[in-house]
Amino acid sequence: MGEFDFSVVTTGEFRTWLVSGFLLSLQLLAASWLLAVPMATVVALCRLSSVGVLRGFGAVFVEGIRNVPLLVHMLFWYFAMPELLPEPARNWLYEHNAEVVCAVIALALYSGSYMAEDIRSGIRSVSATQIEAARALGFGFLAAMRRVVLPQAFRIVVPPLISQTLNLWKNTSIATVIGTAELMYQTQKVETNSFRGVESFGVATLAYLTVSLVITAVAVGFQRRFPVRAI
Amino acid sequence: MTESLATYGLYFLIGQYPNGPLGGLALTILLGASALVLAMPVGILLALARISDWRVVRWPVTGMIYIVRGTPLLMVVFWAYFFLPAVTGKKTGQFTTMLIALAIFNGAYLAEVVRAGIQGIPWGQTEAARSLGLNYGQTLRRIVVPQALRNMLPSLVNQFVTTLKETSLGYIIGLQEVAFIASQVNSQVIVHPVAIYAALALTFFVLCFGVARFAGWLGVRT
Repeated sequence: MGEFDFSVVTTGEFRTWLVSGFLLSLQLLAASWLLAVPMATVVALCRLSSVGVLRGFGAVFVEGIRNVPLLVHMLFWYFAMPELLPEPARNWLYEHNAEVVCAVIALALYSGSYMAEDIRSGIRSVSATQIEAARALGFGFLAAMRRVVLPQAFRIVVPPLISQTLNLWKNTSIATVIGTAELMYQTQKVETNSFRGVESFGVATLAYLTVSLVITAVAVGFQRRFPVRAI
Repeated sequence: MTESLATYGLYFLIGQYPNGPLGGLALTILLGASALVLAMPVGILLALARISDWRVVRWPVTGMIYIVRGTPLLMVVFWAYFFLPAVTGKKTGQFTTMLIALAIFNGAYLAEVVRAGIQGIPWGQTEAARSLGLNYGQTLRRIVVPQALRNMLPSLVNQFVTTLKETSLGYIIGLQEVAFIASQVNSQVIVHPVAIYAALALTFFVLCFGVARFAGWLGVRT
């Protein structure tokens, strides 16, 4: 396969492309994460609610989104959703990086539906007698949640949320199908222009791996600092 | 709308078959099922290496699993797409490329599932088998792995659903699976993107949700 020369893709214009792609990937991760976590919390609380309609909404949201591939979400939000918008909103979208906005919507919904299930099972895993005991001691519902249930659920919920964050990071690469100029897109561009397949994909793989390893290290650190306590 | 359905419905389901290569939904299901069947032995072998007493086997395999799990599937697909031909010296079709990428990627994930399954079997089972005179291989094959596989069924169903969804990445390398076909239909029809992509999403929903529900009906809780 000839000799490898990594300096071709780590200098000059190609380097600029790869770095800008990497930064956009990180921005996609941050924006989708910030949208997904509150959304997941709300959906999880809906699914745990005693109101049937809310439970139904939560179930439809989670099952409806999880059972459709992320790539199809991307295609739908980018090619179909704008058609449903009123004219001014559509124009606004096309003037403001539609491919980035749509990628964030798809990523946030997709990870949000997975995170919702992790949060739900974390809250459910705190024994019901804990809340009963707290109520018997005179705590109100919210005080019991805040002081008794949530601190225990926190230790159980955070590790799966970190692992969903890792999945979210890897999933940002799929945004390349709608032309979002993130790392995978820029890598393909560099490959096409430099004819250096091994080098460009090697550098990009290393970039993805580095962030993945950092996220994994955070997970390990958290589990050391906050081990799940047996109740 | 009904007109489009009549024109493109069959194309959506089976591609150009029988006048051309198989495609559409049929190809998606075929690829998903073969990828899982191929990933299973890969997963078992990797899991056995991962819990092996020999460090020469355990360490490189553990490292490889970490690398694959930290890389996006799309990256694995591209590596397979560009480098399978370089290794084998022949041009590799998109189906084979996708199949191999999915088998490696899902193999690394299944390895952790299988490892957890094997480690979940009480040590007493192994001790009893060994004291009855079975050797290491026989103990794994006849006692530990069959019990572990039964415990792993829910995870395997989940993995199958995940694999079915992952086949959609074939779109990017031009494999004629259902998402690719839907996009082609969309570029011919032009005026109905909402209906076409909603139909695509619904197709995947019915397929994946159906598999999970069918497994539940068979008594596998997921």
